[in-house]
Amino acid sequence: MADTLLTVTDLEIKAGDTTIVDRVSFELERGRVLGLIGESGAGKSTIGLAALGYSRDGLRLTGGRVTLNGRDILNLSANAIRDVRAATITYVAQSAAAAFNPAHRLMDQVIEATLWHKLMGRRAAIARAKELFALLGLPDPERFGERYPHQVSGGQLQRAMTAMALCSHPDLIVFDEPTTALDVTTQIEVLAAIKQAIASTGTAALYISHDLAVVSQIADEIVVLRHGRMVERGTVDQIFHAPRESYTRDLVSIRQHEKPEQVNAAPPLLAIDGIKAGYSKGVPVLHGINLVLGAGQTLAVVGESGSGKSTLARVVTGLLPASNGSLIFDGQTLQPDFADRTSATLRDIQIINQIPDLALNPRQTIAAILGRPLTHYFGLRGAALKRRVTELLDQIELPHTLLHRYPAELSGGQKQRICIARALAAQPKLIICDEPTSALDPLVAEGILDLLMRLQKEFGTSYLFITHDLAIVRNIADTVAVMLEGRVVRHGPKAQVLYPPFDPYTEKLIASVPQMRPNWLDDAIAERDALRGKTVKQGQTP
Amino acid sequence: MNRLPRMTPLAALGLGGLAVFLIVALFAPWLAPHPVSAVVGGVWEPPSATALLGTDNIGRDLFSRLVWGARVTFIIAALATLLAFLIGVTLGFYAAFRQGWVDQVLSRLNDLMMAIPTLIFALVVLAVLPKTMVVLILVMAVLEATRVFRIARALAADIVVLDYVEVARLRGEGWRWVVFREILPNALSPLLAELGLRFAFAILFLSTLSFLGLGVQPPIADWGSLVKDNKDGLVFGVFAALIPGAAIAILVVSVNLVVDWMLHKTSSLKGAHRNG
Repeated sequence: MADTLLTVTDLEIKAGDTTIVDRVSFELERGRVLGLIGESGAGKSTIGLAALGYSRDGLRLTGGRVTLNGRDILNLSANAIRDVRAATITYVAQSAAAAFNPAHRLMDQVIEATLWHKLMGRRAAIARAKELFALLGLPDPERFGERYPHQVSGGQLQRAMTAMALCSHPDLIVFDEPTTALDVTTQIEVLAAIKQAIASTGTAALYISHDLAVVSQIADEIVVLRHGRMVERGTVDQIFHAPRESYTRDLVSIRQHEKPEQVNAAPPLLAIDGIKAGYSKGVPVLHGINLVLGAGQTLAVVGESGSGKSTLARVVTGLLPASNGSLIFDGQTLQPDFADRTSATLRDIQIINQIPDLALNPRQTIAAILGRPLTHYFGLRGAALKRRVTELLDQIELPHTLLHRYPAELSGGQKQRICIARALAAQPKLIICDEPTSALDPLVAEGILDLLMRLQKEFGTSYLFITHDLAIVRNIADTVAVMLEGRVVRHGPKAQVLYPPFDPYTEKLIASVPQMRPNWLDDAIAERDALRGKTVKQGQTP
Repeated sequence: MNRLPRMTPLAALGLGGLAVFLIVALFAPWLAPHPVSAVVGGVWEPPSATALLGTDNIGRDLFSRLVWGARVTFIIAALATLLAFLIGVTLGFYAAFRQGWVDQVLSRLNDLMMAIPTLIFALVVLAVLPKTMVVLILVMAVLEATRVFRIARALAADIVVLDYVEVARLRGEGWRWVVFREILPNALSPLLAELGLRFAFAILFLSTLSFLGLGVQPPIADWGSLVKDNKDGLVFGVFAALIPGAAIAILVVSVNLVVDWMLHKTSSLKGAHRNG
């Protein structure tokens, strides 16, 4: 019956004395898709690369076997493993933009490995590639290969890379987070293309991701990893409906709760009125933004990358002075440039950045990082300063022992909590959160969101929350603004914005958010096609 | 915080050379058997008990002059390098911090300075100004500072756009805090390596100037002037000029070996040390 393609037995990989992968075993049958899921550091990419007989520098294989088609691929010679890699197993990396050579046409790169290993003639390979371009839904499949990497979009490049992997008719493809770097609306296209390609070519796949909702759309079976160990393995249905381990249950139940919307009309704290701004003259990024944020409330600004949402945050902070329009904060007009604002105003508006690694000075201890705003704004010193810093650590639920550590000695989630504490130290009225959770693992991100909500309840701080993730918006927002190409296409209370009737863009955005149910992708694709038909009809009858 | 990389044989060699140089420079009065300008024998005598390395072009003890010269070389090169860093790093960081027209003016002025060949600039200036040690140090410092400015500005420009610097500016911190507390600690490692390299270049530059007669003036002498004094002896088969020449070469190579070893650790601009 089942024809086993890949067997991993008691795989153990170490970096120095640290165990990265701890006795992981699984097997994959021909034509099936196995999802590997886990947070960063779970060892999922390391396992995926081990299936290719490859390990990153500094990693040592200390035990176990990987057999592909009955051959032990960890003990093959360098030449033999190269042949295996092109002919039977291929790889799709996370960042296609970094994987393509910008100096060569796409077609040459897509068929390169196939030609190199003499698996096909050039003409046959080109025909195969065009066939795959069509299968993956790339525009103009006949001519697509003539373009250079910079001439196509990120989502198209990721699909071109999938075509490269499929070109040699491999038995197995390893997908390493192929959609993580993409916007939700692009991700859904790429996911649909990958799913269809896998189904129609009958290849097997290892699909690595940190996003359970995404993996479950493509995989037949899922392996949950944590700290290099296998937590649980099961079919998608089993993982969703009968998870055995508590960690899996946490993963499945993520983002299920919703903040009750504040209905009472709060007095406005921040009014953004007709803001236009750009980085160079004559190229506006924001085309007249009007938004209102009530005191003690959260305004979520949603949009894809390039929609101008982070630029809006920079305008409010004053790092990028607006060319037109005005900002009213707490009843007073804000100076466009932060250098002209008073110290009290600067204290009232704080920011939490996307990547905590870049937001904390690596050469300052936690005590120095948290102490500086207290000394700067309130003149605290000595014992009073120390008392207040420990108070802040209590509020963000971190132990006092961290005080004398450097940021490099903290985890990602801890670092982001320190950033929150630093913002909190100023006792601000408004905190601008610029995608504060997008660089974090889902469970850690949820902890950060819970903390932000608790602090809002406690101190009545308002949040201007920039995000690309609609699932977070449900979690935290009172009012929502949807941005597209520098304009606000929808703005209002959450109950209005996130529920029908929709404008076409918001509908597309909402449909693209991965949901924790097995058939979401199929439903979303069907819905999207229906929507596309609708808009085409609208276009025909003006 | 600044753990150094593991010692290599080459690094040990460099450190050894540098240590000998420093000890000689520091303890010159005790190590030198004769005063710096005392005539102890005939012209270009071979090594003997009174003159360990022989005598120079007017019969002074070459070993003593070498020992005293180490002190002069070290003081001038070190002061010039430190001053160059003070000027270059402050201006470079300030330009990167202020950006805009301040950066443009400072950078273009710097380009202007760099466009003039250093040796020609030094020759002209030193020929006009009085030949004192202070003037020599100032001229060397200004010329070295143009190179330091470039590196300091590039390092700071990378750091100044990072979020933690923006956070500090949004807090309302002045430029002194941002430059010395936020930027400098994170640029320190590559700057320290550059300091060592600049020191080696300063030694070479000083020797060149002295060889051309524009550096250290008699009766005191640095290694460059020792080469100059004795160069005519080469024609007669006297190797007195090669000894200070070799000393210069060994010192510069030693400094380079030490810097190479330090750079192994500090070539990363991020400055953060990862644990595990």
